[in-house]
Amino acid sequence: MNKELLGILLIFGSTVLLAIPLGRYLATIYRGDKSWTDFLAPFERLLFRAGGIDANRGMTWQQHLVALLTINMVWFGWALLVLCTQGSLPLNPDHNPSMSPDQAFNTAISFLVNCNLQHYSGESGATYFSQVFCLMFLQFVTAATGMAACVVVFNALKEGTTEKLGNFYNYFVKSITRVLLPLSLALALVLVFQGTPMNWAAKAPIVTVQGDSVNVSRGPAAALIGIKQMGTNGGGFFGVNSAHPLENPTYLTNALENGAIVLIPIAMALAFGFYLGRPRLGWMVFGVMTAGYLLLQVPTVALEMHGNPAIARLGVDQSLGSMEGKEVRVGAAASALWAIQTTVTSNGSVNAMHDSLTPISGMNTLLGMMTNAFYGGVGVGFLNFFVFIIVAVFISGLMVGRTPEFLGKKIEAREMKIAIIIALLHPLLILTGTAMSAHLYAGNPTEYAGWLANPGYHGFSEMLYEYTSSAANNGSGFEGLGDNTPWWNISTGIVMVLARYLPIIGPVAIAGLLARKKFIPESAGTLRVDTATFGVMVFFVIWIIAALAFFPALALGPLAEHFTLYQ
Amino acid sequence: MKSQLFSAIRLTLALMVLCCVLYPAIVWAVAQAAPGRGEGVQISCNGRVVGFANVGQKFDKPEYFNSRPSAADYHADASSGSNKGPGNPEYLAVVKARLDAFLLQNPGVKAADVPAELITASGSGLDPHLSPAGALVQVARVAAARKLDAARVQALVQQQIEPGTLGPDHINVLKLNLALDALTAN
Repeated sequence: MNKELLGILLIFGSTVLLAIPLGRYLATIYRGDKSWTDFLAPFERLLFRAGGIDANRGMTWQQHLVALLTINMVWFGWALLVLCTQGSLPLNPDHNPSMSPDQAFNTAISFLVNCNLQHYSGESGATYFSQVFCLMFLQFVTAATGMAACVVVFNALKEGTTEKLGNFYNYFVKSITRVLLPLSLALALVLVFQGTPMNWAAKAPIVTVQGDSVNVSRGPAAALIGIKQMGTNGGGFFGVNSAHPLENPTYLTNALENGAIVLIPIAMALAFGFYLGRPRLGWMVFGVMTAGYLLLQVPTVALEMHGNPAIARLGVDQSLGSMEGKEVRVGAAASALWAIQTTVTSNGSVNAMHDSLTPISGMNTLLGMMTNAFYGGVGVGFLNFFVFIIVAVFISGLMVGRTPEFLGKKIEAREMKIAIIIALLHPLLILTGTAMSAHLYAGNPTEYAGWLANPGYHGFSEMLYEYTSSAANNGSGFEGLGDNTPWWNISTGIVMVLARYLPIIGPVAIAGLLARKKFIPESAGTLRVDTATFGVMVFFVIWIIAALAFFPALALGPLAEHFTLYQ
Repeated sequence: MKSQLFSAIRLTLALMVLCCVLYPAIVWAVAQAAPGRGEGVQISCNGRVVGFANVGQKFDKPEYFNSRPSAADYHADASSGSNKGPGNPEYLAVVKARLDAFLLQNPGVKAADVPAELITASGSGLDPHLSPAGALVQVARVAAARKLDAARVQALVQQQIEPGTLGPDHINVLKLNLALDALTAN
């Protein structure tokens, strides 16, 4: 068997094997059961005392949302302040300038919502202070925010009737101290031993063997990369993210960074089952997610390893696959693995340039973000999936002529309205943004010539990708897009905000409403949700709502490009 | 609400100490024991730093093994891929021109022997590696330019291959060229 294929199988397989115990562990710590990390409890108490917080107070779903949104507002103010003044703040040995207001707006939102869309390059557009105290800080806390919101929904689905759904700060802080921080630290420590920099000095000026003068950018990269990969953040230290040979120096770092992308999202899906004491439920969710993921992954690996047909026509040796935008140490197969895993989750880090993927691979990365629920972001991926479960339960209920109920709670008009609004919000944001941009471009191609790096269908895909990535809070890009302009900074900023908070508020509200309802014990007439049949049902609901809404747009972009290229 | 806001600010500050001071401090401290002490692994030749082991640099002279095309022209403070789509006609013309130039500089080499990485730009623009085929196809030209025996140069390339356990085999172009300079000096 081809060793590159074996490599990616091992990466994915070992990640799943690690995710199973991690899922159990997550359920344990969020339930507050005894765990081996209880030695961290005094540190957590210190944090709660510093914040003046009673971490044992039960909160209603509304109180959860108020706490979540308030602390997010504080972070937004901090991020805007740092990014607009970074040029005159300390830890800026390269004398990089402050961001323009529209770029700071975009970047602050982008990191606040766990998207990490980057309209700047780390080497020249950020300082060590802003990378560590603003961007990396947000990478920790926004990931923890998503996880905390997810646990609130878990709580609401427990047996019985309740108003109180645990304490937001408790889940939030534990997500950092007991999950994100230790895992990021482990990854960062491997990285420094593989050659990733962790220093505070300016660029290193060197004269190369051939006599060229170059400056080599460095900085506190390893620490940031750890949490960037673990927290489905994706905002890289360097401009080209993990394609950069200092950000991702070896095949080993590539494997670990790649595993880190999906580790917590998979563990979170399994934790759902463990948390409720119904592991089969977690496996159903995992199964549906994995089926959807593989459907995108397999063709992408095949296409990237096969190479670009237009280059094959030149008669050169393409046995390594399509190499434009890829790194030799990583190879085509591992680049394809990363490309899909980073887009089905909301990570968005890259180890190869997505703009140069073959058209169907590019489409699969788009589809990963359009569904946004095959693993998905840490915590929020499950929230998206939860919305689809609600819709599937409702449709199944109608099909068999029964009152739709999920885990002993009736699904009624109010919950359904919220679920459908959230499910349709995603295509609405993406397609509206793309349509407006395409309209602007078509109306005046000379004025907006700087937008697109590629003509024709692919240019359209670049715009579609940018809004899809923003709405999925993914943050990767078809980076040929000239996106540091007020139009792109502001429009994607608005899309990112709406696409982050509404899909958190919606599911938490649904969960809160369900938790208050009368609990109906399981009987012979109950719709069993932990079965393969129901899994298939959810799968098709996701494809019908999420994927088909985008088919016309995909036909104009990657599909048209594919049929032109492979004639 | 007001008390929530103050709690949020105070918790934020406390977490900043944990995530932005303690955590990077630990990584930094451990990095002091790592190769390159967290500064990046530098390579020196005759007492002069000539590059970073992991950062590709431009080699375009005929007497050196040439590195891959780069959208960043190997400026290590402005990493960048080309971001060209696979069917972009302008891009395909550039690739064709790179192939023609390569065949001209390497007489006797057929297109089928040229691996695609030699005519396509890497993701970072700083790819430090070539595949073994990418180096071997340049052996005849390098040997001729340096008036060395081609077999000796070929043996040098073979020595420099770093086998990928699960990924592609690769050769660090900087290390290969330094070894080549050493071979010529002898």
